[in-house]
Amino acid sequence: MACSRCLNDGTIMDLSVRALSLFGLLAIWTLAAWITADPQVLPTPYSLASPAWQAITSGDLPYHLGRTLLRVIGAFALAMSIGLALGLAMGLNPKLDQWLDPWLVVFLNLPALVLIVLCYLWIGLNETAAIIAVTLNKIPNVVTVIREGARALDPGLSAMARVFAMPFGTRLRHVTLPQLAPFIAGAARSGLAVIWKIVLVVEFLGRSDGIGFQIHLYFQLFDVTHVLIYAFSFIAVMLAVEWSLLQPWERRTRRWRTA
Amino acid sequence: MIRVDVQDKSFGSVRVLRDIRFDLPTDQTLALVGPSGVGKSTLLRLIAGIDTEFTGNIDRPDRIGIVFQEPTLLPWRSVLDNLRLVHPGLGRTACFAALDSVGLADKAGDFPGQLSLGQQRRLSLARGFGGAPELLIMDEPFVSLDDKTAEDMLTLTELLIAEVQPTTIFVTHAMSEAKRLATRVISLAGHPATIQSDQQKGD
Repeated sequence: MACSRCLNDGTIMDLSVRALSLFGLLAIWTLAAWITADPQVLPTPYSLASPAWQAITSGDLPYHLGRTLLRVIGAFALAMSIGLALGLAMGLNPKLDQWLDPWLVVFLNLPALVLIVLCYLWIGLNETAAIIAVTLNKIPNVVTVIREGARALDPGLSAMARVFAMPFGTRLRHVTLPQLAPFIAGAARSGLAVIWKIVLVVEFLGRSDGIGFQIHLYFQLFDVTHVLIYAFSFIAVMLAVEWSLLQPWERRTRRWRTA
Repeated sequence: MIRVDVQDKSFGSVRVLRDIRFDLPTDQTLALVGPSGVGKSTLLRLIAGIDTEFTGNIDRPDRIGIVFQEPTLLPWRSVLDNLRLVHPGLGRTACFAALDSVGLADKAGDFPGQLSLGQQRRLSLARGFGGAPELLIMDEPFVSLDDKTAEDMLTLTELLIAEVQPTTIFVTHAMSEAKRLATRVISLAGHPATIQSDQQKGD
C-alpha cells in the first residue's frame, strides 16, 4: 500500500518536473521574442499556434512529417541491425576487430555532409542514396557502442551456454542480447536523434519532400515561423517515441534488476 | 565411456598439464583432487569443451551438464526459464519436478537475484542434472558455502547422482567430499601437473 502510493507520488513528481522544465524553456523563448520585438526574426511561441494548425489541417505538415518519419525508420532499422551485427562480431572476434577497426575510424571521422554528397553523386538524387547516406553515417556509432558491450560479455555465461549446447538463436536472445540491452538502448537513443538530424540534411540537399525540404523552402522565404513549426513537429514525434516506446521497453528489460 | 588424453596444455610459455590419460567407464564418479593452482579447473574446462586449445584428444558424450563454482545463472530470466531455456526438451512438469527436487518449486517465478546464494547454487545443480546428462562436470560445487548449506548440497548431489546416474567428474579441495561422492579419485601434482595417483574405491 505505502509503496504503491510513493510510486504514484514519484511518477507525478517526475511529470511535474518535466512540465515545469519545458515551461521554463517556453518562458525564456517568450522573453527572447519580447526583447527582439520582431516576429520575422523570432515569433512568440503562442503566435505559432494558428499557422501550425493551418499546416496540419491543409495536410502539408502530416505529409512531409510522414515522409521524413519513413526515412528515419528505414535508416534507423538498417543502421541498428547492421551496426549490432558488426559490433557484436568485432567485439567477440579480436582478429576481425583488428582488420575492421581502421575502417571504423575512417567512417567515424568522415563528415556526414561528405557522405551525403558522395552518395548523391554516385548513386543519384534518389531515395536509395538518401537512405544509404543516413545509414552509413550512423553505423559507425552503433558499432563502437555495441562493440564495448560485446567485449564486456560474461565469459562464465558463454561457457555455460557452450557446454549445455544452447542453440544459436536461444543463446543470442536469452544470453547475449540481455547483456547488451543497456548498450542497445544507448545506441538507439543517440541514434534516433542523430539520424533524424541527418535525414533533414539529406532532404535539404536533394529531396523534394520531407521536413528538411520544407525547411529549405521556408529558409528561402525567410519564414522563421514555419521553420520552427516543422522543426517542433518532429521533436514532438521524437518525444512521443521516447516516452511511449523506448522508455517502457527499457523498464521492461530492466525489471530483473529491481525485482 | 569417456576417454581423456591430454598430452600438453600450455598458457603461453607456461606448461600447465602434461600426459594426463585416463578412461572413465559409464556411471563412475571421479574426483579430481590436488593443491590449488595445480590445473584441476583447467583440465575440467578441457574435458567440458570450453577450452579447445591443447594437444591431445578427449572423447566425450553429446549430452553434458555442468555446475560451476559460481551459480552462473541468467539474472534476467526467471528461475523456471533458467532451467527451460537450457533444456528445451524438458516439459513444464519436468522442470517443476527438477525445481522441486532442489526445493525451489515455489520460487519458479522469481529472478535469480531474489534467491539466496545457497538457493542459486541449488538451481545451478538442478540445471546441471536436468536433461539427464551422460556426463556431469562439477567445479568445486560446494566451495564457499557455510557448513550446513554445504552439507545439504552434498546430500542433494548424492541423491541426484543416484537418481540420474550420469558419469561424473568433479573437482574438489576437500578429501571428505571426494571420499563421500566419488568411486574413483585422481590426484594431480607438479608443474606441469601430471597424474600422481589414481585410486578406485575398494582398492
